[in-house]
Amino acid sequence: MRDVEWGWLIRYIHSTGASAFFIVVYLHMFRALLYGSYQKPRELLWIFGMLIYFALMAEGFFGYLLPWGNMSYWGAQVIVSLFGAIPVVGDSLTEWIRGDFYISDVTLNRFFALHVVAIPFALVFLVIAHLMALHEVGSNNPDGVDIKKVKGPDGIPLDGIAFHPYYTVKDMVGLGVFLILFALVVFFAPTMGGYFLEHANFDPANALQTPPHIAPVWYFTPFYAILRAVPSKPLGAALMGVAVVLFVFLPWLDRGKVRSIRYRGPLFKFFLFSFAISFVALGYLGLQPPTPAYTMAARVFTVVYFAFFLLMPWYSSIDKTKPVPTRVTYHAH
Amino acid sequence: MRTDRHKQKILAVVAVLAALPPVCLAAGGETYVEKANNDIHNQASLQRGAKNFVNYCLGCHTAKYVRYNRMAADIGLTERQLTENLLWSGDSPHATMTNGLHADDGKQWFGVAPPDLSLIARSKGTDYVYTFLKSFYADPAKGTGVNNLSLPGTAMPHVLWELQGTQEAVWEGHTDAQGNVQKQFKEFKLANPGKLTPEEYDAFVRDTVNFLEYIGEPVQARRQALGYWVIAFLVFFTLLAYALKKEYWKDVK
Repeated sequence: MRDVEWGWLIRYIHSTGASAFFIVVYLHMFRALLYGSYQKPRELLWIFGMLIYFALMAEGFFGYLLPWGNMSYWGAQVIVSLFGAIPVVGDSLTEWIRGDFYISDVTLNRFFALHVVAIPFALVFLVIAHLMALHEVGSNNPDGVDIKKVKGPDGIPLDGIAFHPYYTVKDMVGLGVFLILFALVVFFAPTMGGYFLEHANFDPANALQTPPHIAPVWYFTPFYAILRAVPSKPLGAALMGVAVVLFVFLPWLDRGKVRSIRYRGPLFKFFLFSFAISFVALGYLGLQPPTPAYTMAARVFTVVYFAFFLLMPWYSSIDKTKPVPTRVTYHAH
Repeated sequence: MRTDRHKQKILAVVAVLAALPPVCLAAGGETYVEKANNDIHNQASLQRGAKNFVNYCLGCHTAKYVRYNRMAADIGLTERQLTENLLWSGDSPHATMTNGLHADDGKQWFGVAPPDLSLIARSKGTDYVYTFLKSFYADPAKGTGVNNLSLPGTAMPHVLWELQGTQEAVWEGHTDAQGNVQKQFKEFKLANPGKLTPEEYDAFVRDTVNFLEYIGEPVQARRQALGYWVIAFLVFFTLLAYALKKEYWKDVK
């Protein structure tokens, strides 16, 4: 950071990259929700995507301990202790994960190995699997239309265009816009006001002194807020786990006849947007110290969050959908 | 068994520490923060800050991540100016800013070892440090004779009292619904003026805080200067990519 030439740039790219990866993945997932990209026949693609998301959460969690700041230390302490909520084996399990009776050098060592070797490999293989699954079924489109149904005499779908050059060149624009935002953070606000790099993490790890207020980094806070909203620790931890895993079951929870939000009915739109709002609200609440009013709000948003998934078989099947065109509706501009 | 006792000890300490913040807040002063309004691009201020830091802070506090010669180069001092004016410790200009105070001694003498200040402006914020250095007030109940509104019960003596003089805190009492008298901070009163006027003292603290912000992230000024070029390039690249995309997508109907 100080003595290595350009070391500061590498570290800021790394720390900003962690948050940027999650921003991109959350946008990617929300796009899949909007256009029904998880629906049949793309279930496997969606499951691999979710596994990537889980691996990314593990990568983020293990990596956060490595700077060995005080928030690193106590964040890891809180998250690892969650496994203690599992009946019977909980305490032995937390000890096994830490490799010690508290977060120590042993923990740091294994988290380093997991962050740098194991999880990145898992991520790379999962990305390959994600792409292989994509090649099998092809990309979805904003109309949610199966383009392979209408083919030209040469056997090529009439509404299909080649990935190269059309999407490579289009994604360059997206890349440019992303890099501008990314560089703005790296060069002008690397701590993002304490959201990307937390203030308490500039103090070295101290086993005897907790930071005044422990909160995970922003990308975990929606789930952290769910955990805190439940008065019982085992139940809260379980509900938090369910909140993350429920995404996997979307292809089977969704009974809708259409994919895209363009042709969905008002019920689905209502539930999707209340879900999106509650996800952001829970993320905000998870960053704040718990007050009675905030805890109550977190409970309401937790209910909305789960309603999106658990009521989906009902509202998606009775929703008034619009007719889906047979071809992609593209207007050149 | 030993580890169990160790665990219990840690838990007890954590419990006490967790109980502290509300106790501190009850004494009032949680909202009292002044703006530092420092400017890390002001080299003269950084140089004065370096002087203040070496003269008044470095005796007890280290800045162990900061190298003397890199710091001097960044704030516009030659190596000769550095060795003649700032290197009291006899260290080499390549050394980091440390002192002779052993952490164990510090702990014995003050109750807590004086913390390293390399990153204090990043962990606590410049406004906090600025307010802290201005918020010492006379408190005969304390061994050091002073207390601090920003960090009640602080172990640190008022090192800058000669400059600032001695302040007294004026409290307001009011009775709450439970019938307890709540003490609330009203203002500081300068009991004995110091060598500096209040305005000069503010400037002194501002320069020091400015230096602390600089050592918190020495590359800050360079990082921002480089940022403009990077953004300019990326905007140019994106416009080019957009034009290329438009050209290719003309075929798509």
